[in-house]
Amino acid sequence: MSNEHILYLKKLKRKRTLIVAVRILLFVFIIALWEIAGRIGLCDPFIVSSPARVCRTIANLYSQNDLFPHILTTFFETVAGFVAGTALGVLIAVLLWFCPFLERVLDPYLVVLNALPKIALGPILIVWVGAGAGAIIVMALLVSTVVTVMSVLAGFLEISADKLKLMQTLGATRTQTFSKVVLPASVPTIMSALKISVGMSWVGVIVGEYLVSRRGLGYLIVYGGQVFKLDLVMASIAILCLLAAVMYYAVAAFEKRISRRFGRL
Amino acid sequence: MNADIIAELCDVSLIYHEPTRETKAVEGLDLTIRKGEFLSIVGPSGCGKTSVLSLLTGLYAPSCGTVSVLGMPPSEARGRIGYMLQRDELLDWRNIERNALLGLEVKGELNAETRRRTLELLEKYGLGEFRHHYPNALSGGMRQKAALIRTLAFQPELLLLDEPFSALDYQTRLSLEDEVRSIIKQGGYTAVLVTHDISEAICMGDRVAVFSGRPASVKRIFDIELPGSAFDRRSQPGFARLFDEIWKELKSDEQ
Repeated sequence: MSNEHILYLKKLKRKRTLIVAVRILLFVFIIALWEIAGRIGLCDPFIVSSPARVCRTIANLYSQNDLFPHILTTFFETVAGFVAGTALGVLIAVLLWFCPFLERVLDPYLVVLNALPKIALGPILIVWVGAGAGAIIVMALLVSTVVTVMSVLAGFLEISADKLKLMQTLGATRTQTFSKVVLPASVPTIMSALKISVGMSWVGVIVGEYLVSRRGLGYLIVYGGQVFKLDLVMASIAILCLLAAVMYYAVAAFEKRISRRFGRL
Repeated sequence: MNADIIAELCDVSLIYHEPTRETKAVEGLDLTIRKGEFLSIVGPSGCGKTSVLSLLTGLYAPSCGTVSVLGMPPSEARGRIGYMLQRDELLDWRNIERNALLGLEVKGELNAETRRRTLELLEKYGLGEFRHHYPNALSGGMRQKAALIRTLAFQPELLLLDEPFSALDYQTRLSLEDEVRSIIKQGGYTAVLVTHDISEAICMGDRVAVFSGRPASVKRIFDIELPGSAFDRRSQPGFARLFDEIWKELKSDEQ
């Protein structure tokens, strides 16, 4: 390795370190600003809460054995909605690929379903499924299914016409074409659909909890707002941020592993 | 039917229908492809050369006239015809070996014997050491060669080459033309090459069919009797004369 290259690598590393350092500093700065602003009377901690109060709230929830039941409720609802929604979405996309006629017929319906704010269906879901975890999971499922169908189907339809022609001249059946070309070629699309879908499941679950639940982080946020406990609201949002990030990175790590197996990285 | 004839198009016309218009792509075309020959087809761009290949694979049915391949309608001969396109269309997620085996896999003919034969082909044509590599690690020329082996692996009785070199740089093209012709000739395959490049058509073909502009029909067929490999042919004295004659034939169409 030449000296210049070593220098280049060093520069690269320094830049990376700098970015991470500034990231952390920014976080510390915002937290500190938030705390100090409350203490010196720039704003009212009763309205905007403060990092110390958030920590105290979380500790209180924990000591009352209230923290994990809420977190787990929301977490399981999201995972259930995400897994079921994505599986259903991919399944529908596959079905539509196999029946182009059906795909053409259903296209405007899908567009409307996608454009419709799913929260509008909340009251219907409560009546049909019941005011409980069921309605919340169905809400998450609805939100993530529609996105998954749209993006996965778009991926399926993007396969180059020449690849399809090639398979046709080999005498391949539609099932063979799907399993040997269309599905593996769509793995990256499906993976990025997963990333969108996981975010959508959080939206569905929190919205669902706003509407019906007696447990979960969404419930804590609504409840905190109603009784003017902004500390509780802020604490729940902080936990939500953490959970959503963890889940997103888990999906991203899964994506990386799968992509490597498909020889793309 | 004559055993020496692999495929035949008799008085074939093809009309594409679109909502706003219909296009005559081929009209009154007669063409015979003989067993073991290498037939080049040249014509003005957009004249319907590729349409003729689509007719031979049965992807399109003729509007009138008859097409027969191996003595049967083309759609029944599917899986016995090899098709090579401008882009190699190798599957990114399969290594070269598994790409080469695709046709056999689709036809359900993958076994120890056919696998061994395919590996021999890869070995013989210089891709043996790359068989575990993925397509994106290979150069354009090597990728196209892998695509050729994928096509040869299931021993097609007719090879259709749709401008397979046009996406390659000039030097790769020259050496690949040379190699592909010798592979096809050695294997005793019957091949049809569609190209817009007159030199390529002369270098590779045993016969060159010159097509008219759209709608396509055969204007004239030249027998190429130049000795040597595809590359050597370029320096033969007869080459320039043939080039000139074919060029004039193509030009005469423009007026």
